[in-house]
Amino acid sequence: MAEGGTMVQASTASAPILEVAQLKVHFPILKGIFRRKVGHVYAVDGVSFSVGPGETLGLVGESGCGKTTVARAVMRLEQSTAGEVRINGHDILPMGKAELRPYRREAQIIFQDPFSSLNPRMTAGDIVGEPLFVHKMGNKKERLDEVASLFDRVGLRPSQMNSLPHQFSGGQRQRIGVARALALGPKLIIGDEPVSALDVSIQAQIINLLMDLQEKTNISFLFIAHDLAVVRHISHRVAVMYLGRIVEHTDKKTLFTDPLHPYTEALLSAVPIPNPTLRRKKLVLQGDVPSPIKPPPGCHFHTRCPYVMDQCKVECPPLVEVKSGHWAACHLRQPEAQAT
Amino acid sequence: MSQISDVKAPSTPRPAAAKTPVLEVENLSTYFFTRQGIVKAVDDVSFSVFAGEKLAIVGESGCGKSMTALSVLRLVPNPPGRIVAGRVLLDGKDILKVSEAEMRGMRGNQISMIFQEPMTSLNPVWSIGNQLSEAFMLHQNLSQNEALEKSIEMLRLVKIPEPERRMSEYPHQLSGGMRQRAMTAMALACKPKVLLADEPTTALDVTIQAQILDIILKLQEELGTAVVLITHDFGVVAETAHRVIVMYGGKMVEEATAEELFARPLHPYTHGLLGAMPHLDSMDGRWPEARRLQEIPGMVPALVNLPKGCTFAPRCSFATDECRAAFPPRVEKGPGHYAACWHSDRLYGGG
Amino acid sequence: MSATVKNDAVADETGLGANGGLGEFKSDLALAGAHVKNRWQMAWFLTKRFPLGMGGFAVVIAFCLVAAFAPWVASQDPLSTNPGISLAKPSWDHLMGTDFMGRDLFSRVVHGSKTSLAVGFGSTFLSVLFGVLIGLASGYIGGWFDLVVQRFIDMLQSLPTLILAMAMAAAMGPSLTNTMIAIAVPRLPRMARIMRANTLYLRELPFVDAAKAMGMGEFRIALRHILPNSLAPLIVMASTGLGGAILVEASLSFLGLGVPEPYPSWGRMLSESAAEYVRTAPWLVLFPGIAISLAVFATNLLGDTVRDLLDPRERTSN
Repeated sequence: MAEGGTMVQASTASAPILEVAQLKVHFPILKGIFRRKVGHVYAVDGVSFSVGPGETLGLVGESGCGKTTVARAVMRLEQSTAGEVRINGHDILPMGKAELRPYRREAQIIFQDPFSSLNPRMTAGDIVGEPLFVHKMGNKKERLDEVASLFDRVGLRPSQMNSLPHQFSGGQRQRIGVARALALGPKLIIGDEPVSALDVSIQAQIINLLMDLQEKTNISFLFIAHDLAVVRHISHRVAVMYLGRIVEHTDKKTLFTDPLHPYTEALLSAVPIPNPTLRRKKLVLQGDVPSPIKPPPGCHFHTRCPYVMDQCKVECPPLVEVKSGHWAACHLRQPEAQAT
Repeated sequence: MSQISDVKAPSTPRPAAAKTPVLEVENLSTYFFTRQGIVKAVDDVSFSVFAGEKLAIVGESGCGKSMTALSVLRLVPNPPGRIVAGRVLLDGKDILKVSEAEMRGMRGNQISMIFQEPMTSLNPVWSIGNQLSEAFMLHQNLSQNEALEKSIEMLRLVKIPEPERRMSEYPHQLSGGMRQRAMTAMALACKPKVLLADEPTTALDVTIQAQILDIILKLQEELGTAVVLITHDFGVVAETAHRVIVMYGGKMVEEATAEELFARPLHPYTHGLLGAMPHLDSMDGRWPEARRLQEIPGMVPALVNLPKGCTFAPRCSFATDECRAAFPPRVEKGPGHYAACWHSDRLYGGG
Repeated sequence: MSATVKNDAVADETGLGANGGLGEFKSDLALAGAHVKNRWQMAWFLTKRFPLGMGGFAVVIAFCLVAAFAPWVASQDPLSTNPGISLAKPSWDHLMGTDFMGRDLFSRVVHGSKTSLAVGFGSTFLSVLFGVLIGLASGYIGGWFDLVVQRFIDMLQSLPTLILAMAMAAAMGPSLTNTMIAIAVPRLPRMARIMRANTLYLRELPFVDAAKAMGMGEFRIALRHILPNSLAPLIVMASTGLGGAILVEASLSFLGLGVPEPYPSWGRMLSESAAEYVRTAPWLVLFPGIAISLAVFATNLLGDTVRDLLDPRERTSN
């Protein structure tokens, strides 16, 4: 069991927009002509978190940690194996297509690759207006007006509505993606590495755009990224994932100044900092990330952890609130948790 | 097992012993002749690297940094592209003028390169051992057995566990980090004088990135190789380089030591770029924790048919007619600190 | 995970609107490196770059026009026999001479183009239509449905055109439609496979995920997102297959299994005259033969050029 009893709460008092409880996504591996199940990929193995209104939760981790799968599972683009995903209090996982439809308007997604996230044969205006068309919102003229206003909001010229995606730059294409996500007026936008494929100077534009939108409309973000500096800039709270589980979860300031989990420590010390005069402790992890098909028993991180104890190899540490609002899944911190 | 190493020392200053640079690039220009026009991928680039020194070439995509490295190795794709001007002196010898056969003898031997995508730069149908020993057999004329032994040693040097077993494995059986180590081993096998590393860690996770950079730098120190590190990540630059060159639109816009560049960038592009990056630390208060990141308006230019004048002028807030008329000359603004800009002083409230 | 930073340089503005069906083609042209302002410039650009292909295109258009206006092009009736002037040499009255029954060869060749083109285009259209539908459904639905359909496609591919045509001729009597079907069926699997491969690739792309995320139905996704992006390989397959279809029709007619008697067909004209009259009245073999070769050659050239133009590998990246 990866989690403790209580779910991690959002920092705001009002009801969370998104609540994920014990989410598990296990992909079966099928082999042979009869497609027999020979094993599972434990992509997401018991993840819980919540996002409040107007809040940004950053989800970080390296490749294979399952953060993208979490995003896809929340958007029902991937079949989940267990757990609950509650949007505005309603669990959307067991819902059928028709029942799910109105909830599509509450949560939308922006993708990483500006080049393949837009249909190359549709004009930008059509791409942004398609959600409105699918949900039969307004007549043709009203939709066009709405699309023009969306273009304006993301910093594009409405005159570009008739252009095809390849006529835009990467940063502009990402803006089109943001406009498309905004079309239905969602309360939550999931960003699946939305700036990772952009140049630094363009990244800044998109990050500013997202933060401006949040200020104006109080929209929430679930921001998935591997770039810690970007996550720190844009998030209010941050959760760190490793091999399908959340290992640490707290507000951003604390995570970066006082990390509790050894993996977070290693991650922070591995990130190169653009300051040549800085001196800091460097924790270089040995070995590679284990495969999610055969995750190590007990704590998933024990094979690379510099503080590994015997207990870690057999018993999986639960995610507990070590300090107020600061959750970590580590046996080393257990006594501290009990003390508070 | 993982350990915690001691406090990281800042980049060591340039070794004083070396007098002449091991690699000198002078006014290198590589143009591509396409149907749409001339693409000046590399335009009048000059730099030099001393033995044991680490030079970083930094810039965003399309700035010409990778093509510079390929030009040095004379690997520019020939039908559209050609090196049209300049000299590349390796230990005083202009390698742009030597025959192709002689150049082949130098690649992998005296000057080698690590590429960004280890999967496509390692041949997927040959085993690691095969590819590694090929370098030894080609350049050092070793027998197959001797080459295999040396290969195992190299793999051990790049800290690949169980090197004997890895020798018979294929690239797809190794993780990204392992492949990159294997490539590093291949590149350093013949103890080259110069190592060109083209975004060696960009495609890797950040913890693996730290491992790879660690290995490259340790080996480099041991062997005394000069390293030219090409990257777009300023963090990597700060932690590894002695000196830095900033490129934009095929041209060099700034050159300085790492400390100088981060402390006081003198080109509006560098200044803008450093301000556009979110920082994990607040850089000693130099880049205050602004809510909004500093934006550079516009986009990176297409390199075909560039207008005359400074390539950065369309996006620069200090641009004047002078800037649009001609590309500013590279001027020494401080000891060892060069910038191609007429308005550097306006960055800090002067002018 | 890839942190590769993509090239952010903007693509050339082509100055073309994206309205209308030509918009997509124009965008493909733009990707192929063209800078054109209007239709005529585009045609000129194409001719300069693909002279052979444009030549083929012109010939195909010519054939189509001839077929469409056959009664006006060939003033004489292709069916009326006149034994008195049988085996006449080509002259001003009979541009290509007459055959053994005294029928004007020129008008027979002209009217024969109707048959060849009809069967050629018709069978290609059938195989593309059904191939697309089957491939799209198979690729998009996947699972056991895909497995079963693929085995069915394998079966279809193993049917030889000749045997199928014979069987159909025997069972239902030879006719224009049966010939079309007999040619279309063995070609269908190729189209289906290409469409399926494309579908498998496209359905994993993020813009399809985006469509699902906004609650779009599967059917509409397949139609609006997958299909339009598969047009290029389909057009290529169709245009390169056209020449083959014409050739197959000629072969079938030559064997007597294709289009039946009243319709003039180049293939049948050859079979009627090849053995007996090749030495005495060579024009009877020459003209239909040239017609077949020219038609096939032209369509092949056109198909090659279409492939060069639309093949993604040819595109210059931004």
